[in-house]
Amino acid sequence: MSEVASTSQITSVSTAKPMNRGQMAARVAGDIPEGWFVNLGIGIPTLIADHVPTEREVIFQSENGLLGMGPAPTADKIEPFLINAGKQHVTLRAGGSFMHHADSFSMIRGGHLDLCVLGAFEVAENGDIANWATSENDTAPAVGGAMDLAAGAKRLWAVMEHVTKDGRPRLVRRCSYPVTALGAVSRVYTNLAVLDVTAAGFLVREMVPGMTLAALQAVTEAPLLTA
Amino acid sequence: MIDKVVASMAEAMAGVTDGAVILLGGFGSVGQPDALLDGLIEHGAKHLTVVANNAGTGHVGLARLMELGRVKRIICSFPRSAGSVVFEELYRAGRLELEIVPQGTLAERMRAAGAGIPAFFTPTGYGTKLAEGKETREIGGRMCVLEQALQGDVALVEAWQADRWGNLTYKQSARNFNPVMAAAAKLTIVQAQHIVPLGSIDPEAVVTPGIYVDRVLHIPYLAKAQPQ
Repeated sequence: MSEVASTSQITSVSTAKPMNRGQMAARVAGDIPEGWFVNLGIGIPTLIADHVPTEREVIFQSENGLLGMGPAPTADKIEPFLINAGKQHVTLRAGGSFMHHADSFSMIRGGHLDLCVLGAFEVAENGDIANWATSENDTAPAVGGAMDLAAGAKRLWAVMEHVTKDGRPRLVRRCSYPVTALGAVSRVYTNLAVLDVTAAGFLVREMVPGMTLAALQAVTEAPLLTA
Repeated sequence: MIDKVVASMAEAMAGVTDGAVILLGGFGSVGQPDALLDGLIEHGAKHLTVVANNAGTGHVGLARLMELGRVKRIICSFPRSAGSVVFEELYRAGRLELEIVPQGTLAERMRAAGAGIPAFFTPTGYGTKLAEGKETREIGGRMCVLEQALQGDVALVEAWQADRWGNLTYKQSARNFNPVMAAAAKLTIVQAQHIVPLGSIDPEAVVTPGIYVDRVLHIPYLAKAQPQ
């Protein structure tokens, strides 16, 4: 969170400044070391790739059959047959490769990815994640590859707003939305804090400048732990 | 002489019956065999089960097939997306059965069918709504769900190059489900951008060997629309 800290002089609770989507993506990107194979979900996770400098070789996988995915092309360099899992035009880096869907998901399900980062509606203190169906009554939700990624990657991080638009906590004791996977999340990045999921619950690693543990707890359903 | 290249769409679709399970290649519009979909609409088969990643957009292709009432059931991972208006209307009206499958499980169920594996256990989906009613078992300390192989009667595939034996290559991310589906159906029908002489595809570069392919129709390259 050094970037945020260095640009902020905010000290009081009431004026703690939440990170925006780009800052959250940059914060996650800072924790991804060279050499990792990484799949990024739709939404904020997709932005993370833009914050990994190209000289730090992180290899991005897209479940529709790309390994070594590069950034979006300029308008004159669009390849009509080259898209990512979000169905946006992308590029392939030197060293990249194509594979069919069963091979792509063998990488995912076979535990070959170092990391998957997904957005989430809720994460529970036991690592359960809910990110695919907005309610029990939603009978036609789109799951895509989320369950495969959550169950298959070596580690799963969630990146999300700390609370819903109407202020309801998203870090909960037990998920109220239909779950994507049980006990899968190891770390959560929100616009207010970075937390590890431990056997004892959410452990606060960092908070945005000006945030206090009491103020964070007030917007978090599950009890928070500190090191 | 073996020659799987057919001259017309009618020949390509011959024998596709009512009630068939159709495996439809593509991820959104990329790698989707649009011409074969139009051919299937023209052919008229109905009461179909369609297996595809998405449930169609707009009012063309798969969406058109559904709008015409030809599809009884769809098996997919991501039915609702921008523009999936026909799916949403039919599903809400109770005129379309839906089976949602995690994308990797969907691919693996078809791979298993092609490989003669009747069912397999996977941790994906354990403890979720998509595993309800399925057999579970703890294997190696992890809870797993039993998933059944998914075989097609017909696969509709888009390839980049094909030869008369049915050897295929694909273009970039248009490969997606196509090779998996080609191996998982009793009748595999291919639309290829290019028909090339036998022996001109580097054997090291063949992705789908011709054993999996029954018919090839030449549909020359057209610039694809923006992906949906």
